[in-house]
Amino acid sequence: MISNDAASSGLPTTGPAGSSAIEVAHLVKLYKTTRAVDDVSFRIARGSITGLLGGNGAGKTTTIAMIMGLVLPTSGRIQVLGCSMPDQSADVLGRMNFESPYVDMPMRLTVRQNLTIFGRLYAVANLRERIEKLAADLDLGEFLDRANGKLSSGQKTRVALAKALINQPELLLLDEPTASLDPDTADWIRQHLETYRKTHGATILLASHNMLEVERLCDRVIIMKRGRIEDDGSPDNIMARYNRATLEEVFLDVARGRVQAGTS
Amino acid sequence: MHWGIAPHRIGAMILRYWYLLLSSWPRLLELVYWPALQIITWGFLQNYISQNAGFFAQAGGTLIGAVILWDILFRGQLGFSISFLEEMWARNLGNLMMSPLKPIEFLIALMVMSLIRLAIGVIPMTLLAMIFFDFNLLGFGLPLIAFFCNLIFTSWSLGIFVSGLVLRNGLGAESIVWTLMFGVMPLACIYYPVSVLPHWLQYVAWALPPTYVFEGMRALLMDHVFRADLMISALLINVVLFIASFAIFLALLKSARRHGSLIQSGE
Repeated sequence: MISNDAASSGLPTTGPAGSSAIEVAHLVKLYKTTRAVDDVSFRIARGSITGLLGGNGAGKTTTIAMIMGLVLPTSGRIQVLGCSMPDQSADVLGRMNFESPYVDMPMRLTVRQNLTIFGRLYAVANLRERIEKLAADLDLGEFLDRANGKLSSGQKTRVALAKALINQPELLLLDEPTASLDPDTADWIRQHLETYRKTHGATILLASHNMLEVERLCDRVIIMKRGRIEDDGSPDNIMARYNRATLEEVFLDVARGRVQAGTS
Repeated sequence: MHWGIAPHRIGAMILRYWYLLLSSWPRLLELVYWPALQIITWGFLQNYISQNAGFFAQAGGTLIGAVILWDILFRGQLGFSISFLEEMWARNLGNLMMSPLKPIEFLIALMVMSLIRLAIGVIPMTLLAMIFFDFNLLGFGLPLIAFFCNLIFTSWSLGIFVSGLVLRNGLGAESIVWTLMFGVMPLACIYYPVSVLPHWLQYVAWALPPTYVFEGMRALLMDHVFRADLMISALLINVVLFIASFAIFLALLKSARRHGSLIQSGE
């Protein structure tokens, strides 16, 4: 591990226990003999956008899946919105939501049917109006009554985001939210996420390979490598520490083990 | 675990499967096609042997009755399990498991769907039996309720169990969904009495609730006696089976979470 400046970055990353949206302590996930996540600890402040960076197999998706309760940790502790996961998941799942390329929306159902079902699962009040609002915000109106399987990948991503926002979550977990989108749509999604965070005071944790996206969106970046936290700080601080102009260069340095923070 | 059940979440899941059924005419046709084919084939066989064998002439309807009751058992389990498989095929399980939907609510929705799918298949089958083979299932009277309840409980127990296996092991375990019930078939003594089995195998047969139902049906059709004792025994075993299958499902769900199967719901 190179450095962890979460506490010194001046970001709203740490604070008294309970004020955080997510608290992860000494999280370990073992798959047989593979340590997918290896003693990971962090706190994420409410209302912040945090990027989880790392190459394939770094442990990002497993970490997010454990926070969501889809994967049980081998050891360690997770608190989400003040509730212990997975024991108190029933108290918190209605206040969070997620989008991931590892899951799909049912293909034969129309966008409106899918959003209706998820809206009902999350007990969304005035569901019809909520769906119309999301359709307007995310520009879904044109294909709201089309089967999900007949949409382009960009349209599907917007629908998945609409599903993730249906319950106006306090905490949004996103795994590769703009993967397979053209630059225009990706930029548009990022703008929407930023607006959502501002208007709702929501916390967003996103895993991404898109460095520009992370630079633009995130207050804080956690870089993971082989299941461990390799670095942690604001994008500017991290780039300064590695003496690099972009996060992409930092990412390559970390991935290839080329430099030590503060030594280049 | 919180045990509070929310009807709106169960309703949402039923609506999901209902939309799916309505969106796909092959799915609807499949529900009717096989039961209809079954009843036509076995109905003609029953007609043929009842004309040529004194025993079957006397025990009219046992074959068709057995076919319909077997279909309730088989289609009940398939109706449950296919709705579950739809989530695996659609890669939607992660969305559901991450939502406030509780496992018990999910299972209740699957049970309701098994009843809906069963009705779509068995009602036309029953009408065909009535029109073409002079067999009126409703002629069983009140015992039909006891037969139906016992069979549907068994089908749900097996459905819950195999769904747990698929949840834990992925779609590689899908074939169990289609074939498990056929393992029950020879032991449940659908078309012949338990006494036909070797003595030691009879103990196994009597451990299965459907055996009591099919024995009860034969007693009703041939001796015109309703064996309430058999139905109560079947119900007691069903209660044990149901609780055990639910506990196994929860254990397999936990194991799936431990092994990360919920985010890799493929093969």
